[in-house]
Amino acid sequence: MEVEYSKEEEMERLLEDLRKSSVRKEDWEFHDNLKPVYSTGIGLNKSVVEEISEIKKEPDWMRRFRLKALEIFLSKPMPTWGPDLSGIDWENTNYYNRPDDVKSRSWDEVPDQIKDTFTKLGIPEMEQKYLAGSVAQYDSEGVYHNLKKVWEDKGVLFMDLDSAVKEHPDLVKNYFCRAVPATDNKFAALNGAVWSGGSFLYVPKGVRIDMPLQTYFRMNGEATGQFEHTIVVADEGSKVHYIEGCTAPRWDRDSLHSAIVEIYAHKNSEARYTSVQNWSKSVYNMPTKRAWVDENAKMEWVGGSLGSKVTMLYPSSYLRGRNASTHNLNISLAGPGTVKDTGAKAIHLAPNTSSRIVAKSISIEDGKAIYRGLLRMNKGAVHSKSHVQCDALLINDESQSFTYPHDEIYEPTATFGHEATVGKIGTEELAYMRSRGLSEDEASSMIVLGFLDDVMKEIPMEFAVEMNRLIKLEMGKLGSVG
Amino acid sequence: MEIKNLSASVEGKEILKGVDLKVSGGEIHALMGPNGAGKSTLGNVLIGHPNYVITGGSITLDGKDLTNATPEERAKAGLFLAFQSPVAVVGVKISSFLRAAYKQLHPDDNIKLQEFYDMVKKELRRVGLDESFLSRSVNDGFSGGERKRFEIVQMMILKPKIVILDEIDSGLDVDALKLVAEEIKEYHSDSVGFLIITHYQRILKDIKPEFVHVLMDGRVIRNGDHELSDRIEEEGYEFIRGA
Ligand SMILES: Nc1ncnc2c1ncn2[C@@H]1O[C@H](COP(=O)(O)OP(=O)(O)O)[C@@H](O)[C@H]1O
Ligand SMILES: [Mg+2]
Repeated sequence: MEVEYSKEEEMERLLEDLRKSSVRKEDWEFHDNLKPVYSTGIGLNKSVVEEISEIKKEPDWMRRFRLKALEIFLSKPMPTWGPDLSGIDWENTNYYNRPDDVKSRSWDEVPDQIKDTFTKLGIPEMEQKYLAGSVAQYDSEGVYHNLKKVWEDKGVLFMDLDSAVKEHPDLVKNYFCRAVPATDNKFAALNGAVWSGGSFLYVPKGVRIDMPLQTYFRMNGEATGQFEHTIVVADEGSKVHYIEGCTAPRWDRDSLHSAIVEIYAHKNSEARYTSVQNWSKSVYNMPTKRAWVDENAKMEWVGGSLGSKVTMLYPSSYLRGRNASTHNLNISLAGPGTVKDTGAKAIHLAPNTSSRIVAKSISIEDGKAIYRGLLRMNKGAVHSKSHVQCDALLINDESQSFTYPHDEIYEPTATFGHEATVGKIGTEELAYMRSRGLSEDEASSMIVLGFLDDVMKEIPMEFAVEMNRLIKLEMGKLGSVG
Repeated sequence: MEIKNLSASVEGKEILKGVDLKVSGGEIHALMGPNGAGKSTLGNVLIGHPNYVITGGSITLDGKDLTNATPEERAKAGLFLAFQSPVAVVGVKISSFLRAAYKQLHPDDNIKLQEFYDMVKKELRRVGLDESFLSRSVNDGFSGGERKRFEIVQMMILKPKIVILDEIDSGLDVDALKLVAEEIKEYHSDSVGFLIITHYQRILKDIKPEFVHVLMDGRVIRNGDHELSDRIEEEGYEFIRGA
């Protein structure tokens, strides 16, 4: 019971902090006046793709890959089974923006304006305190990467993918688009054609990194696209925690973010991928994220989708070896006028594999939170297990959430279960709590933190605070916070 | 607490049309009236439920005007409503809920967390709820009777000055009703006033009100004592309507 008490005390302190906190969303919605040193201009066609490849002085195989991906992109129809994507303005989007010509290993060498942006966002400070390594990307290119020497000495590689293509071509070629081929979906194909930046992280056999490594993505331009491609390889018996954060200013014209993330968790490895997405409300966020999980390996996805106009994201784990396991935790916040179509996929391909999916969504006003999941148990995935839990929190009386789980079970010995809960911060709930002396603010914070309670251990505390602040902010805009 | 010529509407419909009522410390009042008379509306208006709009009149407590106060200000002034149908608050544990509420209402009491929880557990047991309720979500998955008992637990813990009990007896079996009545009697003192809302007699057998009021069509149209409630028990409300 003692443990329980200290947790409650922590909760009390957190509530105190929340009352005092005053940071506003505008704090990261600022934008710079930086002019890119190179841009392909608007629109997409063969010559734009060739131009990108040319600027990057890429090997021929990559150039051919891009052109092939472009063909696939052009031939694939838009997905119509999900949110409305008609607002994506393909013709007026800028597909490649090079902010500067540096790829620096020291913040001192990063151009002032870019450095200031990252400093405002707290990136260098975070790197110093918590991280084993850090990559920073501004629009289309990585501008900074650094890895602590102890890890470099152990053979760990951490840099932007463009640099990796040049410095470690064979290694990259081994993994590039194997888990996510360009044929996978229209947005993956688009990424294949115009990809730029993203990180390459390779952890050699048996190397276990106890501090996380982070990449921070900043999209500054209006009506631009960010198409990074990230590859994380945890070789046999290794352990790694990779974190991504991203923000963008709010513009009148929409931007597009369409990333690929591929994770390869080899035999006996443990890989954890955490991302906190805080795009502004003028961003369509359409990434494809997938992990191949081999024998005895553990994959963990932890995701927070706070911002963007529309997000479609279903991190997938392909459990390819015996005893492979995946844990997928996703928290989505659908603010007014936004759509979060998020979920997870677990594909069980081997015996004794297990998956656990926890999806939590919060919808505010007409914000739409949708859980869309796929669970597949192939024949031969004997005694595999899966559990899916979907919790929704509705912030207004008119808020709604939807769940579309999809199960394909071909193995009779496999077991699986679904659970769902719906909580609310409606008028009645608030009136009840306030009638006991709590302020509206405190009441809603308690409901939000209560909603996140069972995943508190797995998400960074700052994230919970951030989430709560955003909800308060949105509610404040609606005039409901007294 | 003094209610003067109070009128209020919900969703644009006028429900209370000039209610006068005075409840002082030490007194027990019963508010009776047929279904739909506006009894629960009065309770909700008194605690400042945002769906209910006061269109006239005033509410004062200890000389303080609460007519336009927020629900939390009213709670801090000492008002408490045991709801007719308490809502579930999914995810908020009883322990942290009561702790936060207690801190707001009694900021000077520096009672330790552990001691506080022991106090709550004791109250839970006294109304026949298991102490494991402490870590359950507020009213989430509770039966009707459990919700009513928990309202009483909150009264005992939060120590209000004016207690409004809205149909506290509904959903309670005989034994539970007895426990709840015991608690009410235990809590009753010179400094606490009760307004017991009920549309029939059951609870009034255990707790004898000194004052009985009848609310009908949005007004208190009769004031009396237990003879009035006895007559209602026998004849229903017809004789008042007829009069
Ligand atoms: N939230 C509400 N929305 C709409 N009508 C309401 C609401 N609350 C009460 N009413 C209406 O007010 C009238 C009085 O209801 P109520 O106060 O619950 O009566 P009682 O408690 O005396 O049975 C009824 O006609 C009821 O339908
Ligand atoms: Mg009623």
